[in-house]
Amino acid sequence: MTGYLLRRLAGVLVVMLLVTAVAYLVFFLLPSDPARLSCGKPCTPDRLAQVRALLGYNHSVPVQYLQYLRGIVLGRDYGAGAATLHCAAPCFGYSFPQGRPVTSLIAERFPVTLSIAAGAALLWLVSGVLAGLVCALYRDSWLDRLLTVGALGGVSAPTFLVGLMGILVFGFRFNVLPVNGYIALTDDPAQWAFHLILPWCTLAFVFAAVYTRLTRTQVLEVLGEDYIAVARAKGLSRRRVFVRHALRAGLTPVLTLFALDLGGLLGGAVITEKVFGMQGLGALLIDAVASSDLPVVVGCTVFAGLLIVLANLAVDLLHGYLDPRVTS
Amino acid sequence: MTELGVASVTATGQDEPLPPTGGPWARGWDRFRSQHWGLVGGLAVLGLIVAGSCAPLLARIEGQNPYSYHLELLDDARGNAPRGPLGGVSTAHWFGVEPLTGRDLFAITLYGLRTSLLVGIVATAAAVLIGVLIGLLAGYAGGLTDSVLSRFMDVMFAFPSLVFMIALTALVPDSLPRVLVVVAVIAVFGWTAIARVIRGQTLSLVNREFVLAARSLGAGWRWILVRELLPNLVSTVIVFASLAVPAAVGTEAALSFLGVGIPPPAPDLGRSISDAIAWVQGDPMFLLFPAGLLFAAVLGFNLLGDGLRDALDPRAARTAWTGRQGRGR
Repeated sequence: MTGYLLRRLAGVLVVMLLVTAVAYLVFFLLPSDPARLSCGKPCTPDRLAQVRALLGYNHSVPVQYLQYLRGIVLGRDYGAGAATLHCAAPCFGYSFPQGRPVTSLIAERFPVTLSIAAGAALLWLVSGVLAGLVCALYRDSWLDRLLTVGALGGVSAPTFLVGLMGILVFGFRFNVLPVNGYIALTDDPAQWAFHLILPWCTLAFVFAAVYTRLTRTQVLEVLGEDYIAVARAKGLSRRRVFVRHALRAGLTPVLTLFALDLGGLLGGAVITEKVFGMQGLGALLIDAVASSDLPVVVGCTVFAGLLIVLANLAVDLLHGYLDPRVTS
Repeated sequence: MTELGVASVTATGQDEPLPPTGGPWARGWDRFRSQHWGLVGGLAVLGLIVAGSCAPLLARIEGQNPYSYHLELLDDARGNAPRGPLGGVSTAHWFGVEPLTGRDLFAITLYGLRTSLLVGIVATAAAVLIGVLIGLLAGYAGGLTDSVLSRFMDVMFAFPSLVFMIALTALVPDSLPRVLVVVAVIAVFGWTAIARVIRGQTLSLVNREFVLAARSLGAGWRWILVRELLPNLVSTVIVFASLAVPAAVGTEAALSFLGVGIPPPAPDLGRSISDAIAWVQGDPMFLLFPAGLLFAAVLGFNLLGDGLRDALDPRAARTAWTGRQGRGR
């Protein structure tokens, strides 16, 4: 198990390096000049050169990349002397238009995205898997058909459409739920949850559909395996076979998908945030893109990549636990 | 990283007696025809593709185009919402008109549908091409090539694709045609799923007797790839492609919804829906027409893809494709 763990950690590190490298290189090799974007107006040649030197853009791209990596691990200082801007580790860059380190911007927005993602994830995992299990257990019944059709609808409906329909029906028609704005959990837990009901349900509906379909096919497939028949033939009860043998094998891919989905969503629920007017990581990214705030764009991307890589690590560890064959 | 359930799978009962006559394709067609929903999806897709490609013709039959303003149809007392019921539906404007501009909504949604389908289909074709090539190469070459390519797929899979797509589409220079950028971005992030499945299937095929036989008879790699492997992968490719189109259409709509997709004035379903948010109270029809068409397109392709999958039954595709890939959130 230790060897497996170490191998996985090394793999995570390599993938993370590659993800940051690609994100960094692509954005900084694009023909937009990051120094000019950070320079502000009016941008005199003197000031441009000053900004370039301050941000380290006067170095070659590989050196810049190494400085960036170093900043994530150790923090970094921009400029020298009295005008030094310190960016503490983990430093994802410095946004000049906003005059703040990217890390603090991310830290400020992350609770919003976390609130949206965590609640929705709980909801979609429970409802999606339950619906899938019902479908698999009562295969070809009217309930199975109903849920399967519903799941197909959920898979086909774009997230923003579901959200807008929710706003139209529950916000404007019946006027029972708030349709935008985020209340911090620490300010008022009840209002926090109340304002998040629609975003949670929107994401849960869209994601649960996928989980229903996946759970259904997985469990049905496992139930067709020989070892299930053997377990039944040995005299184990249907319930015991289902719970002890079929679920464990059938739900492993579901958990895999769950970790990846949650990791992806934590990097920014871009569309949900836009529909419901919440200022999370996704909104931060969209705004940064609109104002060409390159350090924030790169920072958001790298941070999102980090989360997905961590999710992958979690999946690997989970697999090692659920299926001992992988660790050997 | 983890292989997403690309497992070899045993059949789950239903030993329907298959007629020995006809090839696998004929039997697949028979199975496809017998499930109504796949056929419904296929017909819907066909109808929407025809409607999209004939958008200029249909708009001309209606007597409108998606660019002319009709300010006289707007009610400035209500913030320039369309006059009349249902967002100004009339015999002259079949879906009513757009608020603020009075442009014909029927023409806008049809042109928008054309954009969405075009981007979705072209991006899928590109993604499938890349995916099949890389998957075949990894599975057939094996060894170091396979490990490098597999790691590469892992990295691509680990990319926060929507975040990256947004950042990329917004930062490439304006001199590049926006449609091409959107297609390229969707293709670049869309090929990994099919590449993984093709790799897995190729791995299991290369050591099968018929491939070994061909090889021992002196067949070169080209013969084996084209004559032995590809025919066994075609059904997987078809199923994946038909399920990848709705994902690509949804992604394109999501990007345009976020304001980083197809720029105005070209009509686009995602952007129309985004514009409609502000009018959802005063003129819900402005949301419902483009949204309904987008939903119909995605649903139609999904029904068709599900039907094809059940009919052609490439078993790896069943578990590997969950509809997750390339989805906006």
